[in-house]
Amino acid sequence: MPTPSIDPSDVQGLLRFGYARMTEACYLLLRIRDKAAARAWCSTAPVATAEIQAKPPDVALQVASTWTGLRTLGVPANVLAGFSAEFQSGMASDENRSRRLGDVGTSAPAAWDWGGPTNTPDLLVMLFAVPGKLAEWRRTVQSGPWDAAFELIRCLDTSDLGGHEPFGFKDGISQPEFDWEGTRDADGGHITYSNLVAAGEFLLGYRNEYGKYTDRPLVDSADRRTADLLPAEDAPAKKDVGRNGTYLVMRTLEQDVRGFWTFLDGQTGSNSVARRELAECMVGRTIEGQPLAQLRATPIPGVGSSPTDDLNRFTFDQDAAGARCPFGAHIRRANPRDTDYPNRPSWWLPRLWSKLGFASTGMLTDIMASTRFHRIVRRGREFGSGLTPDQAVQSPPADDPKRGLHFLCLNANISRQFEFVQNAWLMSTKFDGLSRESDPLLGNRNPVGAKGSTDNFTIPREAGVRRLITGLPRFIQVRGGAYFFLPGIRALRYISRAGESNG
Amino acid sequence: MVVAPVDRKSADGLRALLSTMNFAPGRLNARNPLVPFGDLENLHFARFVILDDSTLDDIRLYGLPRREYPLYLAFLCDFDGAPAEFLNDLVKCAGPGLRRVFSYCDDFSDGNDLRRWIRAHDAPVATSYVNFRGRTVKQVREEASLRQAIGTYLASDAGAFEGQSAEQIRTRVRQFVKSETAAGRLTLTPPAPTPWGTRVGDAVHLVGVGLLIVLLLPLVALLVLFRIRPLEKTDPEFAPLPDPVAVDRLAILEDHEFTNQFSAMGSMKPGLARQWVLTYILWVIEWTARHLYTKGRLARVRTIHFARWVFLDGKKRILFASNYDGSLESYMDDFINKVSFGLNVVFSNGVGYPRTRWLLADGATDEQKFKYFLRRHELPTEVWYNAHPGMSAVELERNSRIRQGLEAAVLSDEAARAWVQLL
Repeated sequence: MPTPSIDPSDVQGLLRFGYARMTEACYLLLRIRDKAAARAWCSTAPVATAEIQAKPPDVALQVASTWTGLRTLGVPANVLAGFSAEFQSGMASDENRSRRLGDVGTSAPAAWDWGGPTNTPDLLVMLFAVPGKLAEWRRTVQSGPWDAAFELIRCLDTSDLGGHEPFGFKDGISQPEFDWEGTRDADGGHITYSNLVAAGEFLLGYRNEYGKYTDRPLVDSADRRTADLLPAEDAPAKKDVGRNGTYLVMRTLEQDVRGFWTFLDGQTGSNSVARRELAECMVGRTIEGQPLAQLRATPIPGVGSSPTDDLNRFTFDQDAAGARCPFGAHIRRANPRDTDYPNRPSWWLPRLWSKLGFASTGMLTDIMASTRFHRIVRRGREFGSGLTPDQAVQSPPADDPKRGLHFLCLNANISRQFEFVQNAWLMSTKFDGLSRESDPLLGNRNPVGAKGSTDNFTIPREAGVRRLITGLPRFIQVRGGAYFFLPGIRALRYISRAGESNG
Repeated sequence: MVVAPVDRKSADGLRALLSTMNFAPGRLNARNPLVPFGDLENLHFARFVILDDSTLDDIRLYGLPRREYPLYLAFLCDFDGAPAEFLNDLVKCAGPGLRRVFSYCDDFSDGNDLRRWIRAHDAPVATSYVNFRGRTVKQVREEASLRQAIGTYLASDAGAFEGQSAEQIRTRVRQFVKSETAAGRLTLTPPAPTPWGTRVGDAVHLVGVGLLIVLLLPLVALLVLFRIRPLEKTDPEFAPLPDPVAVDRLAILEDHEFTNQFSAMGSMKPGLARQWVLTYILWVIEWTARHLYTKGRLARVRTIHFARWVFLDGKKRILFASNYDGSLESYMDDFINKVSFGLNVVFSNGVGYPRTRWLLADGATDEQKFKYFLRRHELPTEVWYNAHPGMSAVELERNSRIRQGLEAAVLSDEAARAWVQLL
């Protein structure tokens, strides 16, 4: 595989940085009021790139667009048709997608605060700033053509809970590592887990884990408006609108923090230690992020050696019974850390034997998908104030604020990455051989089909009968969501020109 | 399986009639008055599909003219026991309803004997796969009730099992199941012995077809070497993004339950070599499915309940139908990552399939093209019955294992521990 030449000055910074130092952030969901003004703004928007600055900046701006936003900006139909089907139809567009994502019942898009059938944004502008600088930054950004260009549908505020999500757990620990050098072997048959993932899984225009280029719009290079775009690596005669861009998935998840801790309190007879342990079982990590699974003595490719990286130096191979980390725990569902051939020999004959399915007869072998095709980069931020478990089990004040997560992830193929993780792992009622349960945190508890209750949580044991928690209430409601395209810088400038006549 | 031609003009009427069996698209009323599938005790899965292939123009990629084929109605059933017995049950249970459905077929008239007509339109299945040979609907239901009862029992007295050894737990559960069985609340019918006819048939197939496969291998190898391999290098790929309207029509039917249906058809690449090679390959797959992959796994894939391939129109076209667990995306991923060679060896003989090497390599690992190809060839399954909704194939296996462990006279400590973990 050739070394991909990724130009960080053409990539929006969010792909590379979480902007952790900029603890203030807000997400502006916009509808385009005036096409020409919106294009003018996009053509000069001060977008932060993935370049490493000598002096870390104090503020950053990122911009992404839905498919309808691109259409409104005047991007030609042939270009629009080159985006993925799920981006074109959107997160809330059809009932089948909602069924698969678990957005049913009270989480159905019809009831969303944003992103539903009547309130889908065109553009998403994300503002980040170091403490105290956000308001000023927002005023600066919202000057010039802004007011003429955009109508604000909603401003999603965020809060800084010190790296913990509202239930109290340390968040954002596990992230895939980009294979910037292009060393990944796409040929399949990986037998060891790697955290190093092909760049094309997170950036369009580069090879993905299959060694292929994910579909994205390619345009005629004769067109004057495409002059600044980079050529497509796999089709050099064409210009690549997707290159250095990616898809951004955003979902507003309201978390019932009081409901969560009160339920656990009831399950554990108000014993605060047992309560915390049960919560940790559901998550698969301790409050401070230590995995329940055993750390591996050997290194994992793509996992560094710093103390934070240490929290990711594990797989679930040594926990085949789920006795340390339950099969259904949130982090095990979200990333099972499985390979193409888990625990299989590397010598070709036994490998062929196992490929043909003769090598294993175990109850739980071969029921998990290989993880490397289903990774996402998470960049979410919390909203609302923090609550300790002890505070959470007290009766709430009259003006108890809403809490939750503006979940945000980046991936090059929404259906194979975000939607797969959400559907086949998190929401699945049959994940890893389980029955009648879905993700203990995210599950909607709605029955699947006629008789499919989904409100259990199983805690297996090394010896003896598993512990079964039943009647899990719903801890999370989806309040909004949409699929966006986070363009590369050149592509953003192209988008701002694409609606002009080709003269 | 019935395949019978339908006049294009009456297709809409037929679709409308079929839709009366559903509460809503994709949601069957198993007790619908037309064909009350739920009353058929030996039936696992069934479907009505109208074989309306929208990809017939693809053959023009070879410079050949588009060929018109009749529109067919297909009726597929996966059942236990002998076909003749099932047909009797079917006609008894749904005779008038089936007559109404088949009255849309060109050569069906009120005077027809339904049984004879169905037999006359039985399309031979080239290859069929059954997740677990010999597991009957009855067994599935009894074992599901068993697991449910054990679960309730464990939950009713969780404290009683603390500190007990696996064998002690097993003994208690056995006693419980024994008393439930005695009280008539649980039934575990011993599996019926395989009929002699089936055993002889299997043995003849094992040896006969096995020998044939071995004897023909050199010929097929030559064919692949000198004919298929050169063709592979030039065969056109055609896998555009499927039409969103068609995809919506398919998606509306999916993911109402954990298990889904898949029906797809396409035209064979031109030439006798392709026909011969695919016929041979389907023999091989049939042979492995009948003798090797009989216990819950097709190679490494554990998500297929029943599947089959059927040649149509003198092997010019082929139909694939399966019942699988999870969403289509995860089904396709499962296949691509575990058995792309198996997909390639069959589907690459279809027009437009992503380019393969030596029939086995590449192809499906061109993931997006493969997914587009499959989706584009998929047909809406107008009516679909599943006797055990909400139960994955892995779950059925778990239930069987629970029963086996329960019925075993002796288990080693390790086996007993593993058994307790199944509960």
